[in-house]
Formats: sequence, C-alpha cells, structure tokens
Amino acid sequence: MRKLPLLTSGIALCVATMASANDDLMTQMDDAKQWAIQTGDYANQRYSELDQINADNVGDLQVAWTFSTGVLRGHEGSPLVIGDTMYVHTPFPNIVYALDLANEGKIKWKYEPRQDPEVIPVMCCDTVNRGVAYADGKIFLHQADTKVVALNADTGAVEWEAVNGDPSKGETNTATVLPVKDKVIVGISGGEFGVQGHVTAYDMSTGEQVWRAYSVGPDDQLLFDPEKTTALGKPVGADSSLKSWEGDQWKIGGGTTWGWYSADMEENLFYYGSGNPSTWNPAQRPGDNKWSMTIFARDIDTGEAKWVYQMTPHDEWDYDGVNEMILTDQEIDGEERKLLTHFDRNGLGYTLDRVSGELLVAEKFDPVVNWTTGVDMDPESDTYGRPAVVAQYSTEQNGEDVNSTGICPAALGTKDQQPASYSPKTEMFYVPTNHVCMDYEPFRVAYTAGQPYVGATLAMYPAPDSHGGMGNFIAWDNINGEIKWSIPEKFSVWSGALATAGDIVFYGTLEGHLKAVHAETGEELYRFKTPSGIIGNVMTYERDGKQYVGILSGVGGWAGIGLAAGLTNPNDGLGAVGGYAALSDYTALGGQLTVFALPN
Amino acid sequence: MTPIRSLIATALAAGLASAAAAQDAGDNIAVAYEEDGRYFTADDIPTYNVAEDGTVDWLTFSGFRRYHSECHVCHGPDGEGSTYAPALKKSAVDMDYYDFYSVVVNGRENGNSVMPHFGDNRNVMCYLDDIYVYLKARGMDAVPRGRPSKKEAKSDVIQEDENDCMG
Repeated sequence: MRKLPLLTSGIALCVATMASANDDLMTQMDDAKQWAIQTGDYANQRYSELDQINADNVGDLQVAWTFSTGVLRGHEGSPLVIGDTMYVHTPFPNIVYALDLANEGKIKWKYEPRQDPEVIPVMCCDTVNRGVAYADGKIFLHQADTKVVALNADTGAVEWEAVNGDPSKGETNTATVLPVKDKVIVGISGGEFGVQGHVTAYDMSTGEQVWRAYSVGPDDQLLFDPEKTTALGKPVGADSSLKSWEGDQWKIGGGTTWGWYSADMEENLFYYGSGNPSTWNPAQRPGDNKWSMTIFARDIDTGEAKWVYQMTPHDEWDYDGVNEMILTDQEIDGEERKLLTHFDRNGLGYTLDRVSGELLVAEKFDPVVNWTTGVDMDPESDTYGRPAVVAQYSTEQNGEDVNSTGICPAALGTKDQQPASYSPKTEMFYVPTNHVCMDYEPFRVAYTAGQPYVGATLAMYPAPDSHGGMGNFIAWDNINGEIKWSIPEKFSVWSGALATAGDIVFYGTLEGHLKAVHAETGEELYRFKTPSGIIGNVMTYERDGKQYVGILSGVGGWAGIGLAAGLTNPNDGLGAVGGYAALSDYTALGGQLTVFALPN
Repeated sequence: MTPIRSLIATALAAGLASAAAAQDAGDNIAVAYEEDGRYFTADDIPTYNVAEDGTVDWLTFSGFRRYHSECHVCHGPDGEGSTYAPALKKSAVDMDYYDFYSVVVNGRENGNSVMPHFGDNRNVMCYLDDIYVYLKARGMDAVPRGRPSKKEAKSDVIQEDENDCMG
C-alpha cells in the first residue's frame, strides 16, 4: 500500500502549483473503478486496488460481454474506462470506438482517420497501436502515420491535429502518448529505417509543439546541459553523443522512442528508454552510439535531460531500451528510496534511484542470458555501469559476414514492450518474458531514406537446454535482483500483466488464453481461451458494484511474425525441424475485446 | 544509367512482355546451364542448384541471408509467412519470375495489405535474384528451413556485379 501516499502527494503538489487541465486526469487515475491511462497510473505499476475478484473466487470468472473491433491485426494496448464510457482502439487504420457502458456497450461515436496505406509497409513488424490516452475531456490518438489527434471525449469531434513525423522517411508510430500537466508527450518509431529518434511535447489545449528532444546528436538537439545533465552521477560533458559516433552516422542513428512513458510529479520528471542505433550491423557505426539504448529522465516542462544511463553501449544484438520504467517507493539497504525498475530487452533487470540516476541493481531476469557476464557495479571502475560483453557472442568482435550462434536473448529481447506490473502488497514485479535465443550474422548495408536499414540475418529458436517453450511469466524481486518464481510458457508472453489487491495477477498468452495466477505463488487459478492470440494488456474497472477484467485478443506484432510458422533451431540438425510449436496450430487472426466478471 | 535503374527498366519491360509466356513448374525449376556460379533454366530464368551432398549455390545462400534481413520482418522466417504477410516460398514457385520482380520493384496494394516498393533499395535490388532463387528452393523443399549448411564459393563475377550494384 505504499503507492497511495505517493499518488496523494503527487496530486497535492499538482493542485498547488498549477491550475492545470491535468488535475482531471490525476483524479480519474486515482479512482480504481476506472482505467484512465494505458499504464494504470503515472508510475506504470499496472496495479488495481479492486479486490472483488480475488484469489478465492477468480476460478468462477465468466465472460460478461464481448466486442469485435472489425480489424484483423495485432491488437496491443488496452481499452480505457472513464465515467460511463469505454474507449477501444484498433491497429491500422486506428479506429477509436467510444462505447456507452450505461447502455450495453452501444457505440456512442466512432472515429476512423484517413491515412495513406503507404505507411503500412514502413511499419516494421505489423501495424500495431498501443492505445489512446485521456486528459482534459479529450482522447489522444497517435496514429500510425505520426499524426497526433485530440478528439472530444464526448463527441469524437477533432479538436486539434499535429504531425509528428514523416512516414516517407520511415518515421511511424505504434505507441500511446503521455498526457502530463498541460502537455502531451509523444515518441516515434522507425529505428530500422535510420530515423533520428526524438520525444516531443505538444500543448494539450492547442496541439502546438512546445519542445523536442532527440536521442542522438548535438547537445542543443538532445536538450542536454553538459554541466547539469548527468550519467551515473557525473556531468556528461559537451558533445557526449557526437563523440560516440563516427562522422555523420548519428543523423541516421536511431534511438527511437516507441515504448512506454512514466512520470513522477514531485520530481517534475518523466522517464522512457531509447531504441537501437539503427543498422543491425555494428561494424558500420563504431563507438558507443550515445544515447541509443538509454534510460532518460527529463523535465516535463522543458524537456531538458536530468540524467541518462546507457544500458547497452554500441548495440550488437538489437536490444532496444524502450521497455517501461516502473516507479516505486521501497526500502533498499534500510533506506526508503524512490526507485525506477526496468526490464530491458538485453535480459537485465535494472533498479535505479530515479531522482539521481544511481545504478543500484542490474541482474539477469532469465538465467539463459549469455551475451554478458554482468554489469560493472564499482563506481571507482573505468567501466562502471558497462556490461561485460562475452567475446563468443559479440557480433562486433566476430565481424561482418560471420554467423555468431547461440546468443541469448534473441533480438526480440528477454522482454519486449509487453509491460510488467508491480504489486505494492507483495513488492514483486510480474514480468511477461521471451525465452528465445538466436544466431546473428551482420553484413554491409546501404542507407536509402524510407527503406529498411537492417544489415543482419537472424535465426531465432527456443532457448536450448531449457523447457522447450519460448516464454516465461516470472515474479521478480527488484531489491535483490532475483526471480521469485517462473511459469514456463509454450510461446513468448507478449501480453501486459495486471496485478490486483485481490492477490492475483492476470496475463494473456499467444495461444489466446487469459490466465490468472496467485500473486504469491504463481499457482494458476483460472484460464479462458479467447478467439485469438493475446498481445494486448489486461485492464480492470468497476461498474455498478461489479468488477470487470478486459483484454484485447488479436494475434500479431513481432510475435505473430516470428512465431506464426514456428521456429526451428538451425544448430539442432534436420531431425528437429518442425519440432517446435507453430502459433498457427493454435490460433488465427482476430480482433476482439473480451470482458470478464464473476457470476451474479 | 546506374545499375539499379537499368535493372528496373529491364524488369518493367520484361514484366510487360511476360504475361503470354507461361511457364510450367518443371521448366521454371530445372537447371539448364550454369554461368559464373549462377544457374538458369532453359528460359534463362535464375534458379537454384542443390548438389547431392546438400551444397547450395551461392545465390541461394546469399538469398537466405538477404531474405532474413529485408523480408522476414513481414513475411516470417524461412519464407513461411506470418500473421502479417503471405508465405513467399509459394509465391516464388507460383509466380512468373518477371511478375515476382515487378511486385518487388513497384510494390502492391490490396486494401490494408500493402507490399512496399523496393525499386530504389540497393539492399534488395542488388540481391533480388538471390532472394528469388532461395525462395524457389524453399517452395520446392529443395532446402530445409534454417541456414544452408554448405555453399558454393562466391564467384568473381558475382562479387564484381555486387560491387557495381552496391556502389
């Protein structure tokens, strides 16, 4: 229950310092009966105080109602519930439905943007969208073509539009937005197209651009103060990014920002991670490639970076750093601290002090992770904060045109964007993970604007010498850096988790199951097979005294592309081909919301 | 004219002329002759060659690499298809070579299913025959899923053509 004082103080501060549109959202988020933001709250905990559905009765859960979105693509994100209305989004063409919960889900309004289909093929890995946001009576939709639209939450009428990027250069969007104070903060996709990644703040009431901060480039573009912006407690100094690139490569240097965003209103900071440094051939971009693969803490009002931490300098495996930053207040070494916990694609679970950026814990959250022996935790060391790379698995050291085999995790990471949840009751994190390894062969690649800029061949397969499945759902202790329990899954777990005060944790599987497990033990308490594979995030709300749990089904995304036909391990020899599960044997395309409740 | 432009021009011209020249599967697969490490059918269409010991020709191996860089993020591993895009191993066998070429160069749109145009992408255009013969080999089950274990050496002519094309 430590979360509540934090939230309350955040609201108090907010009320005291500004008469902001955002007070409305803070109030809505604080009401556990609603689901007012994709991430559950600004802390990204994805935890609900609702406990009508609990460990004792979740086994009786039934489907209460369903809704077909009309789109057969990967459905990421979740609906929102604000007041009497549920807001449901779809993948491209990014339809938004407002459903009247007081009237059996009748469609109050529907918004369907007109987008050039040419944007579809520049979206690497399916046309997913991770949902709309709400604030100040508006619904914010960030479309595939990077247009940010503010819709009147009551009528669906367009209040303003802003264009955040250029799809002809490979700039697209898959993420939700962060509405905070009087701003809407948005990211960008396109790391595999040589985009120069950035975050941008738009004025919530007008849509005018307020500031833009790049991930790579000169200090004025980064919004860095070389003396004040710190990395691991020290000022970054001038040209910290430029010095880590050769020539002009930074201009197509990636560091895109398509993940989740969290915010600490007391500190006036927001947090997010940057993605891979564009081409997957590391030989073409010598240097640390700062500030790709980095955790950023930036000022909400100015965008200026307070601190940064680069997790994977000079990426050699496509381990984007975009996964969510979960904010908690916990005791560590006898001291109550403001923490940030992050499960990176690179397989390390990080715990940092979110005020100072100090690195406290960096441990593997899947034992098969082998590209590094661990992170140097000695502040006196020259390599403080750097992961030690194992030569055998270094695609840089092995060189171009050499196939490096047996690297764990695969490029999709031990965890991708699918968000974890945190229960203040158990002080555990519940993390959907991938259990997949790869062979990786980089080679020379040419850059053409708006065309893929990859330059590596990958073969992925289930982690060898393990349970044979491609995923785990784990409980993690972020103070000690330990796995508390782990549930093996046949496929990658690509669904966002939800923990509740009812001592249960929900998640979806790629076969299409919604599962509920005990928050303490991981014991499975409930499962129901929905019409299609689940890559959406579980949400909950209460209406007329009844708790509901909602999940979008609709297989797709990276998972649907990589796993539809099943994986093979080229190192196993011919005998094993076809020996692994193919997703297409379990599910097919879909697009449906399923809402569960206890029987009357 | 740059090599790419000439490739495109050739492909377009040939594509128009090809509709009438239907090929049956046998003709479209069987190796008639080899030239500088490349294999062709009797109709001068590129094709794969797999030796009895499983050694594949260079283009098939190169096509495996390029496919898994440029194509698999939509079409899935090994030409098998995905939830997002069709299985290309079938297309390479079923489609006329010049039609296949034309779709890659110009792209194709079918509602919300959109194939991009790769005509100005050297990473694809310089290796289009490689990708084509690899997928044809996959479609005929001449090579299994995964990385071909044995390959012929890259010929000097193939290397020179690659250098010219990639610039």
